[in-house]
Amino acid sequence: MSVLPDIPKAEKTIDARGSFCPGPLLELIRGVKSVSVGAIVVVLSSDPGSNKDIPLWTRKAGHEYLGAFPEAGYTRFAVRKAH
Amino acid sequence: MAAHKIVILGGGVGGTLVANLLARKLTREQAQITLIDRTGRHTYQPGWLYIPFGGAPPERLERSERSLLDRKVTLAIGDIKRIDREARQIVMADGLVFAYDTLVVATGARLAPVAVPGYVAGAQHFYSAEAALRLHAALRDFQGGRIVVGVADIPYKCPPAPLEFTFLLDDYLRQRGLRDRSEIIYLSPIGRVFTIESVAEFVAPLLEERGVHCELFFNTESIDPKAKQISSLEGTTLRYDLLVLVPPHRGAQIVIDAGLGDEQGWIATDRETLQSKVDSHIYVIGDASDLPVSKSGSAAHFEAKVVAQRIAGAVLEHADDARYDGAVMCFLELGRGQASQLVFDYDHPPQPPQPNQLYHYEKALFNHAYWYLVPRGVV
Repeated sequence: MSVLPDIPKAEKTIDARGSFCPGPLLELIRGVKSVSVGAIVVVLSSDPGSNKDIPLWTRKAGHEYLGAFPEAGYTRFAVRKAH
Repeated sequence: MAAHKIVILGGGVGGTLVANLLARKLTREQAQITLIDRTGRHTYQPGWLYIPFGGAPPERLERSERSLLDRKVTLAIGDIKRIDREARQIVMADGLVFAYDTLVVATGARLAPVAVPGYVAGAQHFYSAEAALRLHAALRDFQGGRIVVGVADIPYKCPPAPLEFTFLLDDYLRQRGLRDRSEIIYLSPIGRVFTIESVAEFVAPLLEERGVHCELFFNTESIDPKAKQISSLEGTTLRYDLLVLVPPHRGAQIVIDAGLGDEQGWIATDRETLQSKVDSHIYVIGDASDLPVSKSGSAAHFEAKVVAQRIAGAVLEHADDARYDGAVMCFLELGRGQASQLVFDYDHPPQPPQPNQLYHYEKALFNHAYWYLVPRGVV
Protein backbone atom coordinates (compact mmCIF):
# COMPACT_ATOMS: atom_id res chain seq x y z
CA MET A 1 0.00 0.00 0.00
CA SER A 2 1.44 3.35 -0.98
CA VAL A 3 1.37 6.27 1.37
CA LEU A 4 0.54 9.65 -0.14
CA PRO A 5 3.06 12.31 0.76
CA ASP A 6 1.86 15.17 2.93
CA ILE A 7 0.92 18.35 1.12
CA PRO A 8 3.67 20.86 1.94
CA LYS A 9 2.69 23.81 4.12
CA ALA A 10 2.35 26.79 1.82
CA GLU A 11 3.24 30.39 2.48
CA LYS A 12 0.91 31.37 -0.34
CA THR A 13 -2.03 29.42 -1.78
CA ILE A 14 -3.64 30.60 -5.00
CA ASP A 15 -7.04 29.30 -6.06
CA ALA A 16 -6.75 29.25 -9.85
CA ARG A 17 -9.56 26.75 -10.43
CA GLY A 18 -11.53 27.72 -13.50
CA SER A 19 -8.83 30.16 -14.61
CA PHE A 20 -8.23 30.13 -18.35
CA CYS A 21 -6.81 33.60 -18.81
CA PRO A 22 -4.34 34.37 -17.23
CA GLY A 23 -4.41 30.66 -16.25
CA PRO A 24 -2.91 28.64 -13.39
CA LEU A 25 0.71 28.80 -14.56
CA LEU A 26 0.77 32.59 -14.75
CA GLU A 27 -0.92 32.71 -11.33
CA LEU A 28 1.84 30.44 -10.01
CA ILE A 29 4.60 32.61 -11.53
CA ARG A 30 2.98 35.67 -9.92
CA GLY A 31 2.90 33.84 -6.59
CA VAL A 32 6.52 32.68 -6.79
CA LYS A 33 7.67 36.22 -7.61
CA SER A 34 5.86 37.63 -4.58
CA VAL A 35 7.30 35.34 -1.86
CA SER A 36 10.78 35.11 -0.37
CA VAL A 37 13.40 32.49 -1.25
CA GLY A 38 12.65 29.12 0.38
CA ALA A 39 8.89 29.74 0.62
CA ILE A 40 6.37 27.29 -0.80
CA VAL A 41 3.61 28.37 -3.18
CA VAL A 42 0.61 26.13 -3.80
CA VAL A 43 -1.69 26.65 -6.76
CA LEU A 44 -5.07 24.95 -7.14
CA SER A 45 -5.78 24.11 -10.77
CA SER A 46 -8.65 22.38 -12.59
CA ASP A 47 -6.79 22.64 -15.92
CA PRO A 48 -5.41 19.27 -17.09
CA GLY A 49 -2.66 21.15 -18.95
CA SER A 50 -1.14 22.17 -15.59
CA ASN A 51 0.27 18.63 -15.18
CA LYS A 52 2.63 19.43 -18.03
CA ASP A 53 2.97 23.24 -17.81
CA ILE A 54 3.77 23.65 -14.13
CA PRO A 55 6.64 21.11 -13.77
CA LEU A 56 8.10 22.34 -17.07
CA TRP A 57 8.22 26.01 -16.05
CA THR A 58 9.41 25.17 -12.53
CA ARG A 59 12.41 23.26 -13.90
CA LYS A 60 13.12 25.89 -16.55
CA ALA A 61 13.07 28.68 -13.93
CA GLY A 62 15.26 26.64 -11.55
CA HIS A 63 12.74 26.30 -8.71
CA GLU A 64 11.91 23.10 -6.84
CA TYR A 65 8.84 21.16 -7.94
CA LEU A 66 7.33 19.50 -4.87
CA GLY A 67 4.60 17.58 -6.64
CA ALA A 68 0.97 17.37 -7.68
CA PHE A 69 -1.66 16.39 -5.12
CA PRO A 70 -4.99 15.35 -6.67
CA GLU A 71 -8.25 16.40 -5.01
CA ALA A 72 -11.86 16.01 -6.17
CA GLY A 73 -12.07 17.87 -9.49
CA TYR A 74 -8.77 19.71 -9.17
CA THR A 75 -5.10 19.30 -8.27
CA ARG A 76 -2.82 21.11 -5.83
CA PHE A 77 0.63 21.89 -7.23
CA ALA A 78 3.42 22.82 -4.84
CA VAL A 79 6.60 24.69 -5.73
CA ARG A 80 9.45 25.93 -3.51
CA LYS A 81 11.14 29.17 -4.57
CA ALA A 82 14.82 28.32 -4.95
CA HIS A 83 16.48 31.64 -5.76
CA MET B 1 -35.90 54.35 7.22
CA ALA B 2 -32.72 56.23 6.34
CA ALA B 3 -31.34 55.76 2.84
CA HIS B 4 -28.67 53.06 2.54
CA LYS B 5 -25.33 54.74 1.89
CA ILE B 6 -23.44 53.17 -1.01
CA VAL B 7 -20.00 54.51 -1.85
CA ILE B 8 -18.17 53.38 -4.98
CA LEU B 9 -14.45 54.00 -5.36
CA GLY B 10 -13.33 54.39 -8.97
CA GLY B 11 -15.01 55.59 -12.16
CA GLY B 12 -13.79 52.92 -14.55
CA VAL B 13 -16.00 50.37 -16.30
CA GLY B 14 -16.96 48.50 -13.12
CA GLY B 15 -17.53 51.50 -10.84
CA THR B 16 -19.55 53.45 -13.40
CA LEU B 17 -21.73 50.50 -14.38
CA VAL B 18 -22.49 49.43 -10.79
CA ALA B 19 -23.43 53.03 -9.91
CA ASN B 20 -25.82 53.31 -12.86
CA LEU B 21 -27.40 49.89 -12.30
CA LEU B 22 -27.99 50.69 -8.62
CA ALA B 23 -29.47 54.06 -9.55
CA ARG B 24 -31.91 52.24 -11.81
CA LYS B 25 -32.87 49.66 -9.20
CA LEU B 26 -33.20 51.93 -6.14
CA THR B 27 -34.99 55.20 -5.38
CA ARG B 28 -33.35 58.19 -3.71
CA GLU B 29 -35.27 57.31 -0.54
CA GLN B 30 -33.84 53.79 -0.58
CA ALA B 31 -30.21 54.56 -1.39
CA GLN B 32 -27.77 57.40 -1.51
CA ILE B 33 -25.18 56.52 -4.16
CA THR B 34 -21.82 58.30 -4.30
CA LEU B 35 -19.03 57.55 -6.75
CA ILE B 36 -15.56 58.88 -5.94
CA ASP B 37 -13.07 59.23 -8.77
CA ARG B 38 -9.56 60.67 -8.81
CA THR B 39 -9.84 62.59 -12.09
CA GLY B 40 -13.50 62.74 -13.12
CA ARG B 41 -12.49 61.51 -16.58
CA HIS B 42 -13.53 58.09 -17.91
CA THR B 43 -11.12 56.46 -20.35
CA TYR B 44 -11.75 53.67 -22.83
CA GLN B 45 -8.43 51.95 -22.26
CA PRO B 46 -8.58 49.31 -25.05
CA GLY B 47 -8.19 52.21 -27.50
CA TRP B 48 -4.60 52.83 -26.33
CA LEU B 49 -3.42 49.78 -28.32
CA TYR B 50 -3.99 51.63 -31.59
CA ILE B 51 -2.38 54.99 -30.68
CA PRO B 52 1.24 53.88 -31.43
CA PHE B 53 0.17 53.08 -34.99
CA GLY B 54 -1.62 56.40 -35.55
CA GLY B 55 -5.06 55.29 -34.30
CA ALA B 56 -7.68 57.45 -32.60
CA PRO B 57 -6.07 60.26 -30.57
CA PRO B 58 -6.38 60.11 -26.75
CA GLU B 59 -9.05 62.81 -26.56
CA ARG B 60 -11.42 60.55 -28.52
CA LEU B 61 -10.99 57.86 -25.85
CA GLU B 62 -12.12 60.04 -22.94
CA ARG B 63 -15.42 61.41 -21.66
CA SER B 64 -16.34 63.23 -18.49
CA GLU B 65 -17.44 60.75 -15.84
CA ARG B 66 -20.41 62.98 -14.98
CA SER B 67 -21.78 62.64 -18.51
CA LEU B 68 -21.89 58.85 -18.12
CA LEU B 69 -23.54 58.73 -14.68
CA ASP B 70 -27.22 58.61 -13.80
CA ARG B 71 -28.42 61.85 -12.22
CA LYS B 72 -29.15 60.01 -8.98
CA VAL B 73 -25.44 59.30 -8.51
CA THR B 74 -23.37 61.92 -6.70
CA LEU B 75 -19.89 62.28 -8.20
CA ALA B 76 -17.02 63.36 -5.94
CA ILE B 77 -13.71 64.12 -7.63
CA GLY B 78 -10.47 64.02 -5.66
CA ASP B 79 -7.82 61.90 -4.01
CA ILE B 80 -8.79 59.46 -1.31
CA LYS B 81 -6.62 59.60 1.79
CA ARG B 82 -7.84 56.44 3.44
CA ILE B 83 -10.55 53.85 3.85
CA ASP B 84 -11.54 53.81 7.52
CA ARG B 85 -13.10 50.37 7.83
CA GLU B 86 -13.84 50.67 11.52
CA ALA B 87 -15.85 53.88 11.19
CA ARG B 88 -17.06 52.80 7.72
CA GLN B 89 -16.07 55.99 6.04
CA ILE B 90 -13.88 57.30 3.24
CA VAL B 91 -11.59 60.16 4.18
CA MET B 92 -10.58 62.39 1.29
CA ALA B 93 -7.25 64.22 0.97
CA ASP B 94 -9.09 67.55 1.23
CA GLY B 95 -10.69 66.50 4.53
CA LEU B 96 -14.16 65.60 3.24
CA VAL B 97 -15.63 62.40 4.68
CA PHE B 98 -18.11 60.00 3.06
CA ALA B 99 -19.81 57.48 5.35
CA TYR B 100 -20.92 54.15 3.86
CA ASP B 101 -23.07 51.17 4.73
CA THR B 102 -21.79 49.29 1.68
CA LEU B 103 -18.53 50.06 -0.12
CA VAL B 104 -17.64 49.01 -3.66
CA VAL B 105 -13.91 49.09 -4.39
CA ALA B 106 -13.28 49.47 -8.10
CA THR B 107 -9.93 51.23 -7.86
CA GLY B 108 -8.34 49.25 -10.67
CA ALA B 109 -4.66 48.67 -11.22
CA ARG B 110 -1.96 51.34 -11.25
CA LEU B 111 1.23 51.28 -13.25
CA ALA B 112 4.38 50.75 -11.19
CA PRO B 113 7.28 51.13 -13.68
CA VAL B 114 9.91 51.44 -10.93
CA ALA B 115 9.20 47.86 -9.80
CA VAL B 116 11.49 46.53 -12.56
CA PRO B 117 15.09 47.85 -12.57
CA GLY B 118 15.87 49.84 -15.70
CA TYR B 119 12.27 49.95 -16.90
CA VAL B 120 11.75 53.71 -16.76
CA ALA B 121 14.84 54.55 -18.83
CA GLY B 122 14.77 51.50 -21.06
CA ALA B 123 11.22 50.62 -22.05
CA GLN B 124 8.27 52.06 -23.96
CA HIS B 125 4.64 51.01 -23.58
CA PHE B 126 1.04 51.72 -24.55
CA TYR B 127 -0.67 51.42 -21.14
CA SER B 128 -1.47 55.13 -20.82
CA ALA B 129 -2.37 57.75 -23.41
CA GLU B 130 0.88 59.66 -22.81
CA ALA B 131 3.07 56.57 -23.09
CA ALA B 132 1.24 55.42 -26.22
CA LEU B 133 1.90 58.83 -27.83
CA ARG B 134 5.61 58.57 -26.92
CA LEU B 135 5.70 55.12 -28.47
CA HIS B 136 3.98 56.52 -31.57
CA ALA B 137 6.80 59.06 -31.89
CA ALA B 138 9.46 56.36 -31.34
CA LEU B 139 7.91 54.18 -34.04
CA ARG B 140 7.68 57.13 -36.44
CA ASP B 141 11.43 57.69 -35.98
CA PHE B 142 12.26 53.99 -36.22
CA GLN B 143 14.24 53.14 -39.34
CA GLY B 144 14.91 49.45 -38.73
CA GLY B 145 16.48 47.22 -36.11
CA ARG B 146 15.30 44.86 -33.42
CA ILE B 147 12.01 45.45 -31.57
CA VAL B 148 11.39 43.31 -28.50
CA VAL B 149 7.77 43.04 -27.22
CA GLY B 150 6.75 41.50 -23.90
CA VAL B 151 5.64 42.09 -20.31
CA ALA B 152 7.63 43.36 -17.34
CA ASP B 153 5.69 41.57 -14.62
CA ILE B 154 2.59 39.53 -13.78
CA PRO B 155 -0.30 40.27 -13.45
CA TYR B 156 -1.14 42.92 -16.03
CA LYS B 157 -4.28 44.24 -17.66
CA CYS B 158 -5.59 42.56 -20.81
CA PRO B 159 -3.39 39.44 -21.19
CA PRO B 160 -3.65 39.29 -25.04
CA ALA B 161 -2.53 42.93 -25.52
CA PRO B 162 1.22 42.25 -26.16
CA LEU B 163 0.27 39.62 -28.74
CA GLU B 164 -2.16 42.00 -30.44
CA PHE B 165 0.49 44.72 -30.42
CA THR B 166 2.96 42.34 -32.09
CA PHE B 167 0.60 41.59 -34.97
CA LEU B 168 -0.27 45.27 -35.46
CA LEU B 169 3.45 46.13 -35.34
CA ASP B 170 4.17 43.64 -38.12
CA ASP B 171 1.43 45.27 -40.26
CA TYR B 172 2.78 48.74 -39.49
CA LEU B 173 6.40 47.93 -40.39
CA ARG B 174 5.31 46.31 -43.65
CA GLN B 175 3.20 49.33 -44.57
CA ARG B 176 6.22 51.58 -44.00
CA GLY B 177 8.50 49.31 -46.02
CA LEU B 178 10.67 48.61 -42.97
CA ARG B 179 9.84 45.00 -42.28
CA ASP B 180 12.86 43.49 -44.08
CA ARG B 181 15.16 45.77 -42.08
CA SER B 182 13.45 44.89 -38.79
CA GLU B 183 13.38 41.96 -36.46
CA ILE B 184 10.44 41.44 -34.07
CA ILE B 185 10.99 39.31 -30.98
CA TYR B 186 7.92 38.37 -28.92
CA LEU B 187 8.58 37.34 -25.31
CA SER B 188 6.30 34.87 -23.55
CA PRO B 189 6.62 34.13 -19.82
CA ILE B 190 5.54 30.51 -20.35
CA GLY B 191 6.34 27.61 -22.69
CA ARG B 192 3.94 28.65 -25.48
CA VAL B 193 2.99 31.92 -27.16
CA PHE B 194 -0.23 32.46 -25.17
CA THR B 195 -1.63 31.18 -21.90
CA ILE B 196 -4.71 29.52 -23.48
CA GLU B 197 -3.46 26.42 -25.29
CA SER B 198 -6.11 26.43 -28.04
CA VAL B 199 -5.26 30.08 -28.82
CA ALA B 200 -1.50 29.37 -28.77
CA GLU B 201 -2.06 26.58 -31.28
CA PHE B 202 -3.49 28.82 -33.97
CA VAL B 203 -1.46 31.92 -33.10
CA ALA B 204 2.01 30.29 -33.18
CA PRO B 205 1.86 29.49 -36.94
CA LEU B 206 0.59 33.03 -37.63
CA LEU B 207 3.59 34.51 -35.80
CA GLU B 208 5.93 32.23 -37.73
CA GLU B 209 4.29 33.15 -41.03
CA ARG B 210 4.93 36.83 -40.26
CA GLY B 211 8.54 36.25 -39.34
CA VAL B 212 8.15 36.99 -35.62
CA HIS B 213 10.70 35.20 -33.46
CA CYS B 214 9.28 33.92 -30.14
CA GLU B 215 11.39 33.72 -27.02
CA LEU B 216 9.59 31.37 -24.61
CA PHE B 217 10.04 31.11 -20.81
CA PHE B 218 11.06 34.75 -20.58
CA ASN B 219 10.07 36.42 -17.28
CA THR B 220 11.63 39.85 -17.13
CA GLU B 221 14.11 40.44 -14.33
CA SER B 222 15.89 43.65 -15.32
CA ILE B 223 16.69 46.03 -18.14
CA ASP B 224 20.04 47.65 -18.86
CA PRO B 225 19.10 50.85 -20.73
CA LYS B 226 22.74 51.77 -21.52
CA ALA B 227 23.62 48.42 -23.09
CA LYS B 228 20.03 48.14 -24.47
CA GLN B 229 19.62 44.68 -23.04
CA ILE B 230 16.80 42.89 -21.24
CA SER B 231 17.40 39.87 -18.97
CA SER B 232 15.03 37.19 -17.74
CA LEU B 233 14.69 35.28 -14.47
CA GLU B 234 15.37 32.17 -16.54
CA GLY B 235 18.84 33.46 -17.46
CA THR B 236 18.39 34.78 -21.03
CA THR B 237 19.68 38.21 -22.11
CA LEU B 238 18.56 39.90 -25.33
CA ARG B 239 19.70 43.05 -27.07
CA TYR B 240 17.09 45.49 -28.39
CA ASP B 241 16.84 48.69 -30.39
CA LEU B 242 13.28 49.39 -29.23
CA LEU B 243 11.76 47.70 -26.20
CA VAL B 244 7.96 47.64 -25.86
CA LEU B 245 7.17 46.14 -22.50
CA VAL B 246 3.86 46.18 -20.60
CA PRO B 247 4.76 47.91 -17.31
CA PRO B 248 4.39 46.26 -13.89
CA HIS B 249 0.96 46.71 -12.31
CA ARG B 250 -0.01 47.07 -8.65
CA GLY B 251 -3.25 47.61 -6.73
CA ALA B 252 -4.11 50.96 -5.14
CA GLN B 253 -2.04 52.07 -2.15
CA ILE B 254 -5.19 52.94 -0.13
CA VAL B 255 -6.20 49.28 -0.44
CA ILE B 256 -2.89 48.12 1.04
CA ASP B 257 -3.10 50.78 3.79
CA ALA B 258 -6.62 49.60 4.72
CA GLY B 259 -5.40 46.01 5.17
CA LEU B 260 -7.52 44.77 2.28
CA GLY B 261 -4.84 43.83 -0.23
CA ASP B 262 -1.84 41.52 -0.47
CA GLU B 263 1.73 42.81 -0.77
CA GLN B 264 1.02 44.03 -4.32
CA GLY B 265 -2.34 45.53 -3.42
CA TRP B 266 -4.69 42.93 -4.94
CA ILE B 267 -7.77 42.42 -2.77
CA ALA B 268 -8.60 38.91 -1.53
CA THR B 269 -12.08 38.50 -3.02
CA ASP B 270 -14.67 35.74 -2.93
CA ARG B 271 -14.72 34.35 -6.47
CA GLU B 272 -18.55 34.16 -6.59
CA THR B 273 -20.04 36.72 -4.20
CA LEU B 274 -17.29 39.30 -5.00
CA GLN B 275 -17.14 40.35 -1.35
CA SER B 276 -13.85 41.12 0.32
CA LYS B 277 -12.69 38.07 2.26
CA VAL B 278 -11.91 40.22 5.30
CA ASP B 279 -14.87 42.63 5.30
CA SER B 280 -18.34 41.64 4.11
CA HIS B 281 -19.46 45.29 3.83
CA ILE B 282 -17.04 45.64 0.95
CA TYR B 283 -17.50 44.45 -2.63
CA VAL B 284 -14.65 44.33 -5.12
CA ILE B 285 -14.95 44.78 -8.88
CA GLY B 286 -12.47 44.54 -11.73
CA ASP B 287 -8.69 44.83 -11.71
CA ALA B 288 -8.57 45.58 -7.96
CA SER B 289 -9.40 41.98 -7.03
CA ASP B 290 -7.04 39.01 -6.75
CA LEU B 291 -9.38 36.75 -8.75
CA PRO B 292 -7.77 34.47 -11.34
CA VAL B 293 -9.65 36.11 -14.22
CA SER B 294 -8.30 38.55 -16.81
CA LYS B 295 -7.76 42.05 -15.52
CA SER B 296 -10.08 43.55 -18.11
CA GLY B 297 -13.03 45.84 -18.59
CA SER B 298 -14.98 42.79 -19.69
CA ALA B 299 -14.59 41.00 -16.34
CA ALA B 300 -15.48 44.25 -14.52
CA HIS B 301 -18.57 44.59 -16.71
CA PHE B 302 -19.91 41.13 -15.77
CA GLU B 303 -18.94 41.55 -12.12
CA ALA B 304 -20.70 44.93 -11.82
CA LYS B 305 -24.04 43.32 -12.71
CA VAL B 306 -23.63 40.73 -9.94
CA VAL B 307 -22.62 43.31 -7.35
CA ALA B 308 -25.50 45.65 -8.24
CA GLN B 309 -27.98 42.79 -7.93
CA ARG B 310 -26.60 41.72 -4.55
CA ILE B 311 -26.53 45.22 -3.08
CA ALA B 312 -30.00 46.14 -4.38
CA GLY B 313 -31.33 42.84 -3.00
CA ALA B 314 -29.91 43.62 0.45
CA VAL B 315 -31.32 47.18 0.45
CA LEU B 316 -34.76 45.99 -0.65
CA GLU B 317 -34.61 43.15 1.87
CA HIS B 318 -35.27 40.40 -0.63
CA ALA B 319 -31.90 38.75 -0.71
CA ASP B 320 -30.53 38.17 -4.20
CA ASP B 321 -27.85 35.53 -4.23
CA ALA B 322 -26.48 36.50 -7.64
CA ARG B 323 -23.05 34.96 -8.17
CA TYR B 324 -20.20 35.71 -10.56
CA ASP B 325 -19.43 32.72 -12.78
CA GLY B 326 -16.06 33.97 -14.03
CA ALA B 327 -17.46 35.30 -17.32
CA VAL B 328 -15.11 37.19 -19.65
CA MET B 329 -15.53 38.08 -23.33
CA CYS B 330 -12.87 39.75 -25.41
CA PHE B 331 -11.53 40.12 -28.92
CA LEU B 332 -8.09 39.12 -30.08
CA GLU B 333 -6.69 41.37 -32.83
CA LEU B 334 -4.42 39.43 -35.19
CA GLY B 335 -3.43 42.02 -37.80
CA ARG B 336 -4.20 42.02 -41.54
CA GLY B 337 -7.81 42.92 -40.69
CA GLN B 338 -8.44 39.64 -38.85
CA ALA B 339 -9.47 38.92 -35.28
CA SER B 340 -10.81 36.14 -33.08
CA GLN B 341 -12.96 36.16 -29.96
CA LEU B 342 -12.48 34.64 -26.52
CA VAL B 343 -15.53 33.79 -24.40
CA PHE B 344 -15.16 31.78 -21.20
CA ASP B 345 -16.12 31.39 -17.55
CA TYR B 346 -14.97 29.30 -14.58
CA ASP B 347 -16.63 26.17 -16.01
CA HIS B 348 -16.21 26.66 -19.75
CA PRO B 349 -12.85 27.04 -21.47
CA PRO B 350 -12.68 29.35 -24.48
CA GLN B 351 -13.19 27.79 -27.90
CA PRO B 352 -11.90 30.61 -30.09
CA PRO B 353 -13.12 30.71 -33.68
CA GLN B 354 -10.54 30.80 -36.46
CA PRO B 355 -9.47 34.40 -37.14
CA ASN B 356 -11.67 36.22 -39.60
CA GLN B 357 -12.66 39.72 -40.70
CA LEU B 358 -16.01 39.64 -38.93
CA TYR B 359 -14.47 39.76 -35.45
CA HIS B 360 -12.09 42.51 -36.53
CA TYR B 361 -15.05 44.66 -37.61
CA GLU B 362 -16.99 43.72 -34.46
CA LYS B 363 -14.06 44.87 -32.35
CA ALA B 364 -13.76 48.12 -34.32
CA LEU B 365 -17.52 48.68 -33.94
CA PHE B 366 -17.41 47.96 -30.21
CA ASN B 367 -14.61 50.52 -29.77
CA HIS B 368 -17.12 53.17 -30.89
CA ALA B 369 -20.32 51.70 -29.45
CA TYR B 370 -18.76 51.26 -25.98
CA TRP B 371 -19.89 54.69 -24.81
CA TYR B 372 -23.55 54.00 -25.56
CA LEU B 373 -23.65 50.38 -24.48
CA VAL B 374 -21.46 49.64 -21.47
CA PRO B 375 -21.42 52.45 -18.86
CA ARG B 376 -25.21 52.81 -19.06
CA GLY B 377 -25.81 49.09 -18.77
CA VAL B 378 -27.47 48.62 -22.16
CA VAL B 379 -25.52 45.36 -22.55
